Amino acid sequence: MENTVVEGVAKRLGDHVNTDVIIPATYLVSTDYCELGKHFLEGLDETSRSKFKPGDIVVAGKNFGSGSSREHAALAIKGAGISCVIASSFARIFFRNAINVGLPICESPVAVKSIMEGDSLRIDLSRGTIENITGNVSFPIPPYPDFLLGIIDAGGLINLLLEQK
Amino acid sequence: MSGSRVILREKAGRKSIKPGDFIEVPVDLVLANDVTAPLAIEEFGKLNMGVFNKEKIVLVLDHFTPNRDVASAEQCLFVREFANENEISHFYDGGNAGIEHVLLPEEGLISPGMIVVGGDSHTCTYGALGAFSTGMGSTDIAALMATGKTWFRVPEAINVVVNGKFRKWVGGKDLILYLIGKIGVDGATYYSLEFTGNGIENIDVEARLTIANMVVEAGAKNGLFPVDKKTIAYLSQLGVDSGEIAVEADEYGYSGVIELDISNLTPMVALPSLPSNVISVEEAPRVKLDQVVIGSCTNGRISDLREALEVISGMRVSKGLRLIVIPGSPRVYRQALNEGIIENFLEVGAVISPPTCGPCLGGHMGVLAAGEKALSTTNRNFVGRMGHIESEVYLCNPAVAAASALTGTITDPAEII
Repeated sequence: MENTVVEGVAKRLGDHVNTDVIIPATYLVSTDYCELGKHFLEGLDETSRSKFKPGDIVVAGKNFGSGSSREHAALAIKGAGISCVIASSFARIFFRNAINVGLPICESPVAVKSIMEGDSLRIDLSRGTIENITGNVSFPIPPYPDFLLGIIDAGGLINLLLEQK
Repeated sequence: MSGSRVILREKAGRKSIKPGDFIEVPVDLVLANDVTAPLAIEEFGKLNMGVFNKEKIVLVLDHFTPNRDVASAEQCLFVREFANENEISHFYDGGNAGIEHVLLPEEGLISPGMIVVGGDSHTCTYGALGAFSTGMGSTDIAALMATGKTWFRVPEAINVVVNGKFRKWVGGKDLILYLIGKIGVDGATYYSLEFTGNGIENIDVEARLTIANMVVEAGAKNGLFPVDKKTIAYLSQLGVDSGEIAVEADEYGYSGVIELDISNLTPMVALPSLPSNVISVEEAPRVKLDQVVIGSCTNGRISDLREALEVISGMRVSKGLRLIVIPGSPRVYRQALNEGIIENFLEVGAVISPPTCGPCLGGHMGVLAAGEKALSTTNRNFVGRMGHIESEVYLCNPAVAAASALTGTITDPAEII
């Protein structure tokens, strides 16, 4: 597991945040994550979009990343400087994409239920905990299956294949 | 029994697999388009490997083509150069290109029992022909182009038992919209949705392609139809041998069963902004429509165009409404020309678009302004999907789209003829 501790401010989003609102299709003519990051959440209302700052942690409801397979969505999140996404559940293609591009994600319906907008969070990916500093409460992150840990430990799928060459 | 797991087990060369297992399988066909291929090719480049098999990679330039702008032209050029350098056999560009999920079956590239992985979420379409097919992102596609293998978590399966026969003006789109409305946009996340039952024999293959196409809108990994006489006949006229159809049980069964009697189904409409926001056409709000789109990987096949024309032929589209008709592939286009469908749509007042994904994803060829409303035979009605974030998309079948283009508001075809 990555030896990283992520700290940031929780910014909440609702259920079914799809990849079209994360990065509208009209911007899929770039593969540069910084460029894509400029349009992060541009498909969502202005109020939701403008509240995000680099380092923030997305705390979303169920089915995050549904819809299109565009990996650009995971890249736009990274490009916007978002340090981690916590959601009640993830759509399957987005889940693979996030693992593959090294975007930290955690699935925890209980944590999502208790975290409030603006809470300070500390996520320890190696120990597997989400700590709500503001709320003074901790949640375990369900461990990844060993198979996926292999990809995460290598730093993504391409790195794993390079190691295996 | 789950047919999806049988295919995965066979390809993995294992005696048995169970839901939740992680397996590695060889893939029969790898697909990407002008949106997902550029990122995949960049990642592939980092591996410093050749393509695993130039006959098993399919690249289709269909999303922003004919090139929308300089940036999309550059992306297409990048894919074109890669295809040429690597002598990719199945590269579709210019006059050979169509909407990928309309194109691949027509090109005879899909057969039962295959595993197909595409850098496009609607790759699940090919389950209609008995293939295990699913969408993935560009990095997974990059790894596949190099190794020809990928990993899966073996899925649980939900059985959708279909009985009965569609009434007039009701079809595959209504079945899948109804199902998504019933189980929700994450109702089948990680599952296979497997369609069985006596009603399947009453559903034409093109309608099955429509149904399988949208299983991802319920979150499913894949959809699967049995291979029957209709499948074999459909594939045979495309020169595809269906092969041995081995249907055998595995011991894990289904995690859920949904019974659908399609005899009672009415035309359905999905209201903004989720495909699960489904109601019957007669309950739909009579909103003023600015645009109607008939096309896409969901409903851009010849049977869809025929159905729409049957409603609209000889009449005129409502004043101030733009009807855009998109034949899904060069073959559909040619067939529509030969049958007089294109001529008829021009008489009606439609715009005929070249085959492209274009407006479905708000790319080009029919993007909406703020406040505009479109009724569309496409697959997603998310916020801003077809353009401005204050525009709205309603989803329906081709007959409802055609009827509504005449009246300017959402209309049951039964009211027209």
